[in-house]
Amino acid sequence: MDELKLYTYIAVFGTFAVYFGIAWWARAGSTSDFYVAGGGITPIQNGMAIGADWMSAASFISMAGLIAFLGYGGSVFLMGWTGGYVLLAMLLAPYLRKHGKFTVPEFIFDRYYSKTARVVAVVCLIIASLTYIIGQMKGVGVAFSRFLEVDYDLGLYIGMGVVWVYAVLGGMKGITYTQIAQYCVLIFAYTIPAVFISLQLTGNPIPQLGLGSTLADGSGMYLLDKLDLVVTDLGFKEYTTDNMGGTLNMFAYTLSLMIGTAGLPHVIMRFFTVPSVKAARASAGYALVFISLLYTVAPAVGAMARFNLMNTIEPTAGQNLEYSARPQWFKDWEKTGLLKFEDKNGDGKIQYVADKKTNEMVKVDRDIMVLANPAIANLPNWVIALVAAGGLAAALSTAAGLLLAISSAISHDIMKGIVMPDLSEKNELKAGRIVMTLAILLSGYLGLNPPGFAAGTVALAFGLAASSIFPALMMGIFSKKMSGKAAVAGMCSGIGITMLYVFQHKGIMFIPGTSFLGDMKPNWFFGISPNAFGAVGALVNFAVAFVVLKFGNEAPAHIQALVENMRTPKGAGAAHAH
Amino acid sequence: MDNEKTYWGENLRLIFICLTIWFVVSYGFGLLLVEPLNAIRLGGYKLGFWFAQQGSIYTFVGLVFWYSAKMNQLDKKYNVEE
Repeated sequence: MDELKLYTYIAVFGTFAVYFGIAWWARAGSTSDFYVAGGGITPIQNGMAIGADWMSAASFISMAGLIAFLGYGGSVFLMGWTGGYVLLAMLLAPYLRKHGKFTVPEFIFDRYYSKTARVVAVVCLIIASLTYIIGQMKGVGVAFSRFLEVDYDLGLYIGMGVVWVYAVLGGMKGITYTQIAQYCVLIFAYTIPAVFISLQLTGNPIPQLGLGSTLADGSGMYLLDKLDLVVTDLGFKEYTTDNMGGTLNMFAYTLSLMIGTAGLPHVIMRFFTVPSVKAARASAGYALVFISLLYTVAPAVGAMARFNLMNTIEPTAGQNLEYSARPQWFKDWEKTGLLKFEDKNGDGKIQYVADKKTNEMVKVDRDIMVLANPAIANLPNWVIALVAAGGLAAALSTAAGLLLAISSAISHDIMKGIVMPDLSEKNELKAGRIVMTLAILLSGYLGLNPPGFAAGTVALAFGLAASSIFPALMMGIFSKKMSGKAAVAGMCSGIGITMLYVFQHKGIMFIPGTSFLGDMKPNWFFGISPNAFGAVGALVNFAVAFVVLKFGNEAPAHIQALVENMRTPKGAGAAHAH
Repeated sequence: MDNEKTYWGENLRLIFICLTIWFVVSYGFGLLLVEPLNAIRLGGYKLGFWFAQQGSIYTFVGLVFWYSAKMNQLDKKYNVEE
């Protein structure tokens, strides 16, 4: 076994051992433990747990790669996935915590006095969460197959087993404490390579400052200026100004991601675990600090990875790398098929240019940038091993949070709430664990046999959360008179129009050939891409709800009193079931 | 009851101020005004680019803490603490 593999085994299985230890220590004994970790989590702990819950394989592995190739256009992810927390902190979290129930659909049921509303919320929650889990499971499989060279399937089984142990045993309590550990692993794994690379390129160890510094190669040129120059010379768009699909599209995209972030149930749920309204406000702040540690480093990782990649292939203009002299990491990634070279002009050298006809780097998968980065920069083996453990921590922590959201929606909202109201606490806890096990099996199955539409559905998950859950929650708090009928009408039309737009451009259920308008830019509504449509869906939701309210009855007096009560922290107790 | 109405009114005003700043730094400086701002430099960063990839995020963090501190004061002032 070579040194790198040994280190990777130590890092990956060492962190797994820690997660198991925590799981045993933080077993759940009651439904309160299982759904809201007993309600005694401190804001800083909750902030870290939210960080790990939120930052998935997509944040850890894919985002910097996306930024590397989108440049300025990648800003939509940075602003969208952090700005949502401002909405969450001011518009939702304190009031939902004050109301003090276990799940998001339960809040919707109480506020809108309607079982239909509860079921609609459960359906939205399950669709949004399941599509997310597929991505996490694929991330686990890829990390195992690349770093430990085990089978993708076997890697997936190991990942499922690990999540099963601490999520089923500990419920929210076990998940919370494991997420705190996973946050520490993932933030170290992300930051350490970035510090090394920033130091190498600019002499400044802080990546956020390194990105705005001059290069350490003695040229005195700013890194971003040099990058702009290099990519435009090869015919690519300028890095710092390339705006993805125009300003309006970026605007709508950012807004959709922000509203979607604030409407994701597995994140909202975490605010039920703290003891007070004050603590809910504070945990939003800490969560954003912990998330920003990664999100402000990501643009540096992206730009520097792109810079290093261009520099490896063409160290000085016109002096291209000989294919036979390519470095080891290049060969490693070629084996995975994520990097492909084709010697079109037969000169034995690598030409990487924007023009498709002469470009010889026929495939550079965006997802490899973060994983390959340490190797491209010649960092020591233990750093590469750390990145593997970090990627797994990011994927597993998010998967666990999503699984809990799904199982609580089924055991608490559907079984206890609607089908079997006299289910005892002990049996509800048992049901929660069984549903969680089934959800793990289902997500494992979907990870092994990803449906053809898997890639497209992440956009749908955000669109759904943005167009259904967020507006319903917000109106429930800020409009006392909003009625159940109006809210249900709003949710259905918001989701409806978003799905219709996504389907008409991407195909019904993403089946190719069933798209009736075609995935073509000229047909996009004001040039808004389907991924960015959630914001429009949310607006439709608000508009329909207020029109229906105007022509129907307003919410009854006791509901209006409930909303009044939600608005002040006074008298908040721990989250409870009834 | 009146007490709680004024409390809610002050909360709404605070949210409005925070969300205006939230909008200006991200959608304003980072997207709509990015081109004119890019003429100004912050070290190696073009200013509009900096707001889009760094500055807006720092502002968000500050906003959430500021709002939280202000609300704690309001809770005391109107005697609606837990």
